Amino acid sequence: MDLSAINPIILVAALISAATPILLAATGELVAERAGVLNLGVEGMMITGAVCGFIISVNTGSPAIGFVMAAVGGGTLSLLFAFLTQVALANQVASGLALTLFGLGISSLMGQNYVGIKPPRMPDVNFGPLSDIPGLGPILFSHDPIVYVGLLIVAGVWATLKFTRAGLILRAVGENHDAAHALGYKVKRIRTLAIMFGGACAGMGGAYISLIRVPQWTEGMTAGVGWIALALVVFASWKPWRVLLGAYLFGGITQLQLNLQGAGVALPVEYLAMSPYIITIVVLVILSADKSRAPGSLGRIFHASQ
Amino acid sequence: MIRFEKRPQPSQIFSIATPLLAVLTTMFFGGLLFAILGKDPVQSIVTIFWEPLFGEFAFYYRPQLLIKGAPLVLIAIGLALGFKAGIWNIGAEGQYIMGAIFGAGVGLAFYPTESIFIFPLMILAGAFGGWLWATIPAVLKIKFGTNEILVSLMLVYVAEQFLASMSLGLLKNPEGFGFPGSRNLQQYDSAHNADIIAGSGMHWGVVAALIAVIFAYVLLSRHSLGFAIRVTGEAPRAARFGGVNPSRLILFCLGISGMLAGLAGMFEVAGPAGQITIDFNVGYGFTAIIVAFLGRLHPIGIMFAGLLMALTYIGGDIAQSQLQLPAAAIQVFQGMLLFFLLAFDLLTNYRVRIGLNEVAT
Repeated sequence: MDLSAINPIILVAALISAATPILLAATGELVAERAGVLNLGVEGMMITGAVCGFIISVNTGSPAIGFVMAAVGGGTLSLLFAFLTQVALANQVASGLALTLFGLGISSLMGQNYVGIKPPRMPDVNFGPLSDIPGLGPILFSHDPIVYVGLLIVAGVWATLKFTRAGLILRAVGENHDAAHALGYKVKRIRTLAIMFGGACAGMGGAYISLIRVPQWTEGMTAGVGWIALALVVFASWKPWRVLLGAYLFGGITQLQLNLQGAGVALPVEYLAMSPYIITIVVLVILSADKSRAPGSLGRIFHASQ
Repeated sequence: MIRFEKRPQPSQIFSIATPLLAVLTTMFFGGLLFAILGKDPVQSIVTIFWEPLFGEFAFYYRPQLLIKGAPLVLIAIGLALGFKAGIWNIGAEGQYIMGAIFGAGVGLAFYPTESIFIFPLMILAGAFGGWLWATIPAVLKIKFGTNEILVSLMLVYVAEQFLASMSLGLLKNPEGFGFPGSRNLQQYDSAHNADIIAGSGMHWGVVAALIAVIFAYVLLSRHSLGFAIRVTGEAPRAARFGGVNPSRLILFCLGISGMLAGLAGMFEVAGPAGQITIDFNVGYGFTAIIVAFLGRLHPIGIMFAGLLMALTYIGGDIAQSQLQLPAAAIQVFQGMLLFFLLAFDLLTNYRVRIGLNEVAT
């Protein structure tokens, strides 16, 4: 094995890219959960976004339009979840699972004619001389635009939740929906919007995998990233910046694991490929003791009785 | 304006009617989907639901109904026990894989000895494998309060990688010319889960599924543990005051569902599948979630739901070969079914009132 082949600067640059799908999906889910909705359909929304973004990019030749449509696709699928949980008052765990199963099916149906095609490449943002700074350049200034969009979304979510009235209302709905309802806030409307935001972010995260990380379309290609994103929200105790930290941690593990596979470590490939999932479990175990941060109404059905 | 009023008791009529309504609605929208794909909707639906039962080649498809239905029912029964208590085991797919690996591993360890004790040992090993895999989330939940949904699901991906490593390494057929995959257990009499009546599809897994249905029915309706499960699901606080030990319940529900999923995997690998391969698992563990809900978490309901779901698998295969309907369309169809089921469930728990709103709501 040759560990010297792993260049730390390239590794860090690559982990930022590897973390972006998890980051996007987890930030979206964070907003939904802060509004009191546990959406287990992240995996389904991601894979739907992945296929929507892929199809649109291939047909229009523009990855940017692809990402927008991926967000629309994920958001549209999340409306099904919103309908089930907010209108039909169905159990959120079951509805989320339904969304994932349905998303996996519909995506492989939509993508069946797109297997083996290469999507158009998204060029990196041009920072001019900044990207030539040794060390910092490759890490900070040599990425595609979506990496920066992801960071902006995290910052935006953090600022909105912390400093704006809209954020306060969203948190109120999540903490105690009966009180929020009594104050006259439209609990269902706010939650539906939060769910759609989550869907749009998950869709973009999925498209990042199919358009930039891999880049091609295969069935079930998100391979559990959506579930890791769900775990990440718990890990982050529902705080945006901690989601960023967690996403980089998982991105780092994924990337390191891939690099170790490439470097020919004595461990079989399968055991290395298990590692992100096992580490997710370990992290969950370490951090699950503190549940006090969970939004008070998380996962509960809201029904305004009269 | 439409309002929903919570019923004091879930409606008996609707709790039976909603699954049927959901199936009919799914047929309608499924037909619509098939029409969008350019297939004749009526013919597609007939192919999926009629052909395997009463078509020209039904004699071939009917045994398949038992072969595909048995693992679904076995897994779904276990899942339903947990779901009823609010314990969400989503990782049955992983437990199914581990049951198959353990079962096949024990069988292959004895190769080529012939003995009538090998198959029972394999059953025990399969049940143990599934139990072990499901006990991990159970113990973590009890000790650390870890979410069992996420842990059991993560373990599916771990199990899939483990399966790949087993079929490429330890369990690989030494006489397999380097191809991945284990020896075929169908050619090893002591380990073969053969049809009890040749050609009927009635293998030991079907027997186990029937026993599981009866066992779960008795447990839920007659035994105090079943009562504890139901109370915990409907009123966790009341259950705690009533002396239900939540830790033991978690261990039991996850353990039993893992065991049943492991058994399903073991019967599958020793019978219809025959060998451990990289893509041995076909998603029964996830489809069983739909089966459990479609059967309204009731053992008898699950039995019928399992058969119906098996029908969509078989009919889907036929539609794939005869009408070139894509395989994914059936997956969408099954997903839709769960959707409509959850949506129509509203009618079971709520009364729909149509009228003017009095004041602002």
